[in-house]
Amino acid sequence: MSDVLDRPAAAPLDDGHLKVVGTRPIRPDGADKVTGKAAYGADLALPGMLVGRIKRSPHPHARIVSIDTRRARALPGVKAIVTAADFPDLASEEYEAGESAANLRDLSLNVMARHTALYDGHAVAAVAATSSAIADEAIALITVEYEVLPHVVEVEAAMAPDAPVLHAHMFTEGLAARPDKPSNIAKRNAITRGDLAAAFAEADVIVEDRYVTAAVHQGYIEPHACVASYAADGQCQVWSSSQGQFMIRTYCAKVLDLEASDIRVTPAEIGGGFGGKTTVYLEPVALALSRQSGAPVKLVMTRDEVFRASGPTSASVMHVKLGARSDGTIIAADVVLKFQSGAFPGSPVGAASMTALACYDIPNFSIVGYDVVTNTPKVAAYRAPGAPISAFAVESAVDDLARRLGMDPIALREKNAVRDGVKASYGPTFRNIGYVETLEAIREHPHYAAPLGPNQGRGVAVGFWFNVGGESTAAVNLNEDGSAVVISGNPDIGGSRASMAMMAAEVLGLPIEKVRPIVADTASIGFSMLTGGSRTTFATGMAVTQAAQKIVEDLKRRGALLMDVPVDQVDFVNGAVVCLDPAKGKADLTVAELAEKAAQTGGPIGAQVSLNAQGAGPGFGVHVCDVEVDPETGHVTVLRYTAAQDVGKAIHPSYVEGQIQGGVAQGVGWALNEEYIFDRGGRMENAGFLDYRVPVASDLPMIDTVMVEVANPRHPFGAKGVGEVPIVPPLAAVANAVRGAIGKRMTSLPLSPPKIRAAIDAG
Amino acid sequence: MIHVVAACSSCRAFTGDATQFAVEADTVRRMIDELDRRYPGFGDHIRRRMAIAIDGEIHQDALFAPLKADSEVCLIPRIGGG
Amino acid sequence: MSKRQHISAVVNGDPVEFLTDPRATLLDALRDDLGLTGSKEGCGSGDCGACSVILDGRLVCSCLVLAVEAEGRRVETIEGLADGSKLHPLQQKFLEHAALQCGFCTPGLLVAAKALLDANPNPTESEARYWLAGNLCRCTGYDKIIRAVMDAAAELRQETV
Repeated sequence: MSDVLDRPAAAPLDDGHLKVVGTRPIRPDGADKVTGKAAYGADLALPGMLVGRIKRSPHPHARIVSIDTRRARALPGVKAIVTAADFPDLASEEYEAGESAANLRDLSLNVMARHTALYDGHAVAAVAATSSAIADEAIALITVEYEVLPHVVEVEAAMAPDAPVLHAHMFTEGLAARPDKPSNIAKRNAITRGDLAAAFAEADVIVEDRYVTAAVHQGYIEPHACVASYAADGQCQVWSSSQGQFMIRTYCAKVLDLEASDIRVTPAEIGGGFGGKTTVYLEPVALALSRQSGAPVKLVMTRDEVFRASGPTSASVMHVKLGARSDGTIIAADVVLKFQSGAFPGSPVGAASMTALACYDIPNFSIVGYDVVTNTPKVAAYRAPGAPISAFAVESAVDDLARRLGMDPIALREKNAVRDGVKASYGPTFRNIGYVETLEAIREHPHYAAPLGPNQGRGVAVGFWFNVGGESTAAVNLNEDGSAVVISGNPDIGGSRASMAMMAAEVLGLPIEKVRPIVADTASIGFSMLTGGSRTTFATGMAVTQAAQKIVEDLKRRGALLMDVPVDQVDFVNGAVVCLDPAKGKADLTVAELAEKAAQTGGPIGAQVSLNAQGAGPGFGVHVCDVEVDPETGHVTVLRYTAAQDVGKAIHPSYVEGQIQGGVAQGVGWALNEEYIFDRGGRMENAGFLDYRVPVASDLPMIDTVMVEVANPRHPFGAKGVGEVPIVPPLAAVANAVRGAIGKRMTSLPLSPPKIRAAIDAG
Repeated sequence: MIHVVAACSSCRAFTGDATQFAVEADTVRRMIDELDRRYPGFGDHIRRRMAIAIDGEIHQDALFAPLKADSEVCLIPRIGGG
Repeated sequence: MSKRQHISAVVNGDPVEFLTDPRATLLDALRDDLGLTGSKEGCGSGDCGACSVILDGRLVCSCLVLAVEAEGRRVETIEGLADGSKLHPLQQKFLEHAALQCGFCTPGLLVAAKALLDANPNPTESEARYWLAGNLCRCTGYDKIIRAVMDAAAELRQETV
């Protein structure tokens, strides 16, 4: 199935002599973060600022009969109360807010319920008051009359013909014929290739199982927070912690029917997002409260609200069937994915379908996905959205296949691996991928050959993410002393200011300390899509690099002027314009000298680049995990973990390692501990960090990383996105290790001690 | 002739059983226009819902991207991310 | 509403006074009354450690301490960790080891690590992991945090020799 493409040239600017890119300088925003000075969403206080609170539905599904705010309004100190009546009733419309399309009506209804509360925690009203105590009292005084409706939480229960229907207007998309009655199945999608039935008939070995995963939360430590101010002339300011200030601006404008030009959004430092801060919950509400009260309003979620009302990712039920020849060639794959999307459509089942078999070159397959609404919080993006879920099922099945075939799990994956020239399961032909190299890195790693003790097991799993590019703007300005400022429109969620500054420093020949990066507000830099999809170092980095290159061209022109030589007789080397003809005896002109003389050569030196970056290189990860299972308690200890990933080129290796380690930790939590637990009334029972157990320091070993660098020729330094891939393999890597340790396949996450005990006890 | 692949089910709502198409076009826009002529409504669906991979490289907004005579164009659902 | 109470305490070595609602937490008082927003609220229930401070030499979650309990006591917060503009070795090692990404948990982790090294200047990796188990970090997987703490401990032991 593959043809051979020429190995591409290396990245354009990586000549093997990089001075800054690939080193590990201290991050430019570090000092503020270790001294407590960095200002996050909840840290801003404005004069006259009011405190906002949101009243939330205690029912998972209820008609809102009436909302009586009179007693709350009468409370001294209460300055504003809003309900859905204070928001425009938007038409159903798909709108591109810079990354993925959102349905504006659904978005608006998620921000504030109108007529129907669709999950426990759904916002129904909000207040602003002069103190938090008064705001709390006012919330208690708002009386909401509900007509409680039957609810449904589990994905397969929601798909049943007799399930309570959440949206009477919703008819399943993607079926051959339009259905005759509404359903909770928003959409069915399918990707198929070849002749599946014939291939299974030909297979020597078939494995098949049903897999279940629980809803898990992104678990950023900083709750959602914002301050909004609506001035008498209609000019709005929002300060908030999000993954995209332009996204906040767009959604606030749409949800409140305001002009985007009247809204200025300043990004606060963001205390983690992982995809969960790619939408609005609070900002439009704070603006509506500010509009009514005339004062700035701060809204901060509690942890309980974060769990109950902001996006987890989907729970799922999946079926995977694989067929292979006895030599290990996988010839057939049948994958069915049923994903819970929460109260409104939009689970990541599409991406999960496209990534499910992306690491494998399989001639015959069918991948069918269902997007299913349930009376749970609307899911939000979570790091490689959907991919870890389908990878859990597929990688578990591949592990079973390796056991049935008696093959080494890496050898089996190598035999079926996608390579350059292979047509990906989701359509396009792969180019410049480093998957085989990444498999080799783990096969040759000492971890893979290390001995195991009793009750211990080793698991391998692989993962894929597309990585994306998209629209970004960056500006680089030289100061009069020859230092530089890099301005971008992307919130720095994991160290991107460092990588932006490093790329600019590399091109400008400046030491990293001479380059200061900032993240600007929506009025101070051109549009940029949000930070997500592992796009910032790739796309915004490309804009930064090109802006710096424009400055270099300008510096050459100015240097030639000052030297009084034609511009084609100068070059830019190591941060200075040099005359190529030594006979002319011209002294080099450094960036600092050129900056000092800028007035004489045309004025201030700066450049801005806006682009729509294409050519993000897909990323592959290969993980190996050792666990020990305590047969008495069923507790799983992760003993050792090694993650290899094709990163293209690590701009700041420490933060690339950090992305990989962080993704692994989240994946281990997903595998072992984390889950939304609902009571029979449809209310979340564990909406706090005590009962929703994310990994703590004593749960994890050191996490070894191997950075494989197969350059992406479309990025100036060869970078590929790195943030998403590392959360994809761990669910299955852990489950496969547990399979090795206890001799039984566990198919339902999390692998909590009671489940493992039950499996061991069943013999 | 460029080679267009549209394997996902949302496209087949317009194209029926066909998943591969030979199209004469030098830009993505002309390719979409031609597909829309063959399958009315498909063009709007591509513009709103699909990303376009040209010779393996995914473009989210590629209306004016040039196509080579033998380009492979793959229509895939748009991708977001965390 | 209850009447506000007058509190005198010592915060980062300096005498402070503030008025507080008797129901307010020490974290609220630090952040809202004293403007010390380095201590963060991640949960409000003592589960995440982002609000860690040292109260009379003991590591506590300031969200679980009432502001009125600070009367007459010494409070050390992240804002007091550096010596003026000279970073504490823990802070320096966190930077050198890239032990932070979003940085939201960092103040609490640094304060907790300071309390660890005050109590045990030579912790094993396991001791450090268990001591810091009350401080959630969702970005780093803890690897670089533990390395930074161990490295800072080694440096502090050198300094005291």
